[in-house]
Amino acid sequence: MNDIVKQLELEPSYRLSRIITVFVVLLFFGWSISAIQLDEVESNGWTVAKNILLGLVQPDTELLFNVTNGVPYLLLETIAIAFLGTIVGAILAIPLAFLSASNIVPKPIAWLVRLLLIFIRTIPAIVYGLMFIRVTGPGAFAGVLTMALTSIGMLSKLYVDVIEDLDTSILETMESIGSNVMEKIRFCIMPQLSALFLSIVIYRFDMNLRDAAVLGLVGAGGIGAPLIFAMNSYRWSEVGSILIGLVILILVVEYFSNKIRTKLVRG
Amino acid sequence: MLSKLLPTKKLTLPNGKIVVEKRSLTPLIVLLLLGFSYISIQVTGFDFGMFINRIREFFVIIQEMIPPTWEYLPQIWQPLIDTIKMSILGSWLGAVCALPIAMLAANNITKIKWISSAVKFLLSLLRTLPTLIVALIATYVFGLGTLAGTVAIFLFTIAYVGKLLYEQMENVDMKAYEAMHSMGLTTIQSFRYAIMPQILPNYLSTSLFCFEGNVRYAAILGYVGAGGIGLLLNENLGWRNYANVGMILLLLVITVYVIETISEYYRKKLK
Repeated sequence: MNDIVKQLELEPSYRLSRIITVFVVLLFFGWSISAIQLDEVESNGWTVAKNILLGLVQPDTELLFNVTNGVPYLLLETIAIAFLGTIVGAILAIPLAFLSASNIVPKPIAWLVRLLLIFIRTIPAIVYGLMFIRVTGPGAFAGVLTMALTSIGMLSKLYVDVIEDLDTSILETMESIGSNVMEKIRFCIMPQLSALFLSIVIYRFDMNLRDAAVLGLVGAGGIGAPLIFAMNSYRWSEVGSILIGLVILILVVEYFSNKIRTKLVRG
Repeated sequence: MLSKLLPTKKLTLPNGKIVVEKRSLTPLIVLLLLGFSYISIQVTGFDFGMFINRIREFFVIIQEMIPPTWEYLPQIWQPLIDTIKMSILGSWLGAVCALPIAMLAANNITKIKWISSAVKFLLSLLRTLPTLIVALIATYVFGLGTLAGTVAIFLFTIAYVGKLLYEQMENVDMKAYEAMHSMGLTTIQSFRYAIMPQILPNYLSTSLFCFEGNVRYAAILGYVGAGGIGLLLNENLGWRNYANVGMILLLLVITVYVIETISEYYRKKLK
């Protein structure tokens, strides 16, 4: 028996744990496959799919390029909703994040604020959208409020990770040379946090843009409402032009946000 | 480039040396943000006065949600389980299909350039479409019900896991793969024994993370008729039966929290 074979035999056998893992995964698969109801499938599904593809290839060019009333304006409205929502959410999330950071406030308070944030985060944006429509009436304003609230949930969670990584030795140094609280915040805490916070906010803006496109489905402004109207009346070429506009916008914003974020994080 | 346009500030140190300090871009960025905010306020019709006057209504709704109607619980179980099944099935199939697609997209495994860039482009197209809109389209093609929701989750999972997976594949150590290739193993075989062990933990943890997110998405897919608990949510919101909505949301928060905790535990173990 040579060395290689000996070494191979020394390796622990993972066979049993692998078989169990595969078995559990397959069990989940088997259990969940019962969720599919094939009897609801309509026979004209293929024609609809074909029509949608045709609509994407032959978009309604008038709608796509009409600046005052077409896709560009709708996209501008969607961007505006996402932008304003992100800004408001980003500002409101800062105090909440400090309140839920366990190195800043006592543990029980941090835990309570975290619980609140979990609630805010888990409730789907559409539910907030429907609730805010009762407050402000349908329109882009409801969308802004929804975006702000959903952003708070996720931004605070990501902020907290940054705050808990704060380098406190700098804080002690500044205290030893006699800085007051404002100076400490300005020259120790802000420089450490600002780049990462900005990067998080830009990332969230990216996500909010997609969510803002969806919010129109409940009547909270943006591009979603015309999309669902066009679909309900089977005007696939309009659907095509709206989808093309949306995809291009999201790709462009994603490209720039990735660029800026890499620059912010790497300096 | 921008920093070259702005004049630099010159500081003279006590020992006579001159130090050049770059101008901060912060005022410019703040100005830009304020400008965008102003445009956005005009476009969206942001009205702070109305917000102050009417925000009470929002808390009125929340007050109606508490306490939730506990009697409604038995009716929610089935849609909730449907939602979980939808997200498990969609994530499972999506994660499995993402592997060959990521192989096609990784430019160190697929040597033909145009195939890998075409697949990458397709993946990014799929990723940009919001899940709810994909679900909406799917209801037209596959009819109302859980199948449409599963398809939407499936497509999103392929796009998300596929993207992260091909990025990992492009960063793996290729020496073992090339050695196996040179000994006469086929591409699939050398992939299985050289690259798979390197990416497997990350692949599983990405898939689990995607599954976590999918449970959240699946919860709202019912809104467009794609099955699951979203349908009940929509109905009860429409009837302004906020106590029932409260019950659904409470159950949803608990479910998502439990699934997240379990999946986080396993993701930590995978590292």
